[in-house]
Amino acid sequence: MNITTIVHIIGFALIIIGFWGMLTQKNMIKIILGLAIVETGVQLVMVSFGFIEGRTAPILDSAVELSKVSSLIVDPVPQALVLTAIVIGVAVNALMLTFVIRLYQQKRSLSINDYKELKW
Amino acid sequence: MELQQGIFILMGLAMIIAAVLAMHVKDLISSIIAVGVVSLFASILYLLMQAPDVAMTEAAIGAGLSTLVFLYALHKTKDVEEEND
Amino acid sequence: MIKRIFSAILLLGFVFVFFIIVNNIEEATALKGVGKEYAERSGNQELGAQNIVTAIIVTYRGLDTLGEVAVLFIAATGIAVLLRRKKKKIDPGKKKRESSEILLTGSTLLAPMIIIFGIYIFLNGHLTPGGGFQGGAVIASAIMLLFLADTSYKINHNVFGWLESLSGFAYVLIGILGLVMIGADNFLDNRILSLGTFGSILSAGAIPVIYTLIGLKVGTELASILDNMKGDLE
Repeated sequence: MNITTIVHIIGFALIIIGFWGMLTQKNMIKIILGLAIVETGVQLVMVSFGFIEGRTAPILDSAVELSKVSSLIVDPVPQALVLTAIVIGVAVNALMLTFVIRLYQQKRSLSINDYKELKW
Repeated sequence: MELQQGIFILMGLAMIIAAVLAMHVKDLISSIIAVGVVSLFASILYLLMQAPDVAMTEAAIGAGLSTLVFLYALHKTKDVEEEND
Repeated sequence: MIKRIFSAILLLGFVFVFFIIVNNIEEATALKGVGKEYAERSGNQELGAQNIVTAIIVTYRGLDTLGEVAVLFIAATGIAVLLRRKKKKIDPGKKKRESSEILLTGSTLLAPMIIIFGIYIFLNGHLTPGGGFQGGAVIASAIMLLFLADTSYKINHNVFGWLESLSGFAYVLIGILGLVMIGADNFLDNRILSLGTFGSILSAGAIPVIYTLIGLKVGTELASILDNMKGDLE
């Protein structure tokens, strides 16, 4: 088994655990925690797509010969994508928690079952 | 190579156990800390996958700031209850 | 009951899809497409940045980063609007217990050093791992230390507001300078300043300047998110 496959399995397992938590939990803070776990899993899978075994990080220091860069480093594009995704992720989580706080101030409850106005 | 794969599998098992605990435990503080642990192990995996930039971001934001934001939200949703009594 | 069955079917569907994906992974053996292009252009010292991830974030995909900073700003504004504070009278008899002297002195000594470390991270973003987002997060964690150690600590909203607005404004201004000085499709180009020697601190044109501005903006925004989430703890 190579490393890309191992990290794919870890990431997919985290995604499934997070979705399971989001679907079964009643507490709204726990639902957001489940989403945070899903985010971590997706980011792991994305970085592992760019990983190539035996190569070095995409930084052109003395370890990398400039004339044949593209055969020495791992793929930098997924790393750049994930870097921004993490920062966005924490801001969006904080915004969702703010909505939870506001909802709590109105109904004094964290259970999703007490908010039936939008139920289908 | 065998050793490296072993490290990846060990880290992955720790992350999966922490994630299941985070969703299963009744105490909210414990589950927030467990999600922080998942982020911390993820940052080690990024470092092993030759992505030091992502590892730094995940360690500072995922394990540090995000945990505190969740804890503040938990605190705020308890505070109002006491005020109301 | 129907909900449970529905969730189980959904999860099983996910497991099925992921199983197919894991079975059909083709392990990458060489760089392809965009990644290869960016690696070769960096190898030719086109932008003068040693860290290719930094080059992609700041220049090659600079417009995406501008959008991302905008998303961060909108999220921070939303949090500030939703959690706006009503002026509450704090009766002096119900004061909270103060932190100990050792904790206060230690944290006030440590916080400036953490902030300097954050500045070091984003000034070296084009040479070593790190950059504006990481440095900003480190600066925000220095503020976090002060919040945790000193219960009565308050940030100066005037300074933070001005710092955030000015750095965002200067970021867009530098982007427009690229349009004016280099060419019509060079928004956020870093070659408006000289590229310098490859590998020294004053190199890579405008990348250190842009990353410093991003670092200040991200740091102040994350700190104000923390401040708003904290609110007035009783």
